[in-house]
Amino acid sequence: MTAGGAAERIAVTSDQDVVRVRQLVRTVAVAVKLSLVDQTKLVTAASELARNTLVYGGGGTVEVTRVENGRRAGIQIVFADQGPGIPDLDLALTDGYTTGGGLGLGLSGARRLVDEFAIDTAVGKGTTISVTKWCR
Amino acid sequence: MERVPVLKIGDILLVSIQIDMEDQVALQLQEDLAERIVASGCHGVIIDISALDIVDSFVGRTLATIASISRVLDAETVVVGMRPAVAITLVELGLSLPGIRTALNVELGMELLARERAEDDEDRDDDADEPAVTTP
Repeated sequence: MTAGGAAERIAVTSDQDVVRVRQLVRTVAVAVKLSLVDQTKLVTAASELARNTLVYGGGGTVEVTRVENGRRAGIQIVFADQGPGIPDLDLALTDGYTTGGGLGLGLSGARRLVDEFAIDTAVGKGTTISVTKWCR
Repeated sequence: MERVPVLKIGDILLVSIQIDMEDQVALQLQEDLAERIVASGCHGVIIDISALDIVDSFVGRTLATIASISRVLDAETVVVGMRPAVAITLVELGLSLPGIRTALNVELGMELLARERAEDDEDRDDDADEPAVTTP
């Protein structure tokens, strides 16, 4: 996978920034010609994960990059925070599990909406989540 | 902060969400609607989401909460105008919006509310006709 363009980065420190992440992801998704359903899935996943960065991670950054793997174009989004980290990843990825009063669908649901999902977390250090969606 | 307007049309409150809502805006709408239901005595609420290109778990939960609050205040809520891509994404996210009535557009939503209200009234009339105590 190679980066096919400059990454765009948004600092996420408020509700408004979550809206900005949605708008940026939408713009890039249209530019790489994702289908309408895939655009909708990716923007929804980005909204869930950006909100997690804000609410659970105490804020952080979101980086959106156009990528290519030779045959296909896609988008990679990296959500990074220096928050408390996730002590039990399996539990956090279970539908319906939440510590924040939400529905517990953010992490598990977002994973279902993208093609690639990687998570790197350390207690006391923070969480980085990388997702990729490819054109079909 | 932007605010979503609530319009009163006859016995119905109509909300058409035209902006990409910050979480706070969604919560404000929840409060505004509860107040308007009580102040107006309306028995039906229609929420038009045809302009929304995504519904994430936060907005989904807010819609479900609005429906529950309305019901407690003797009003039925119908969510109308959901885009096909949004429906596909919501279900994959794991959110099937239980307890929310839906219709394809505002007109059908109004018909649904009118029909339900008429049925409710009929039930009430039936109850009134029956004697409270039956004596052999």
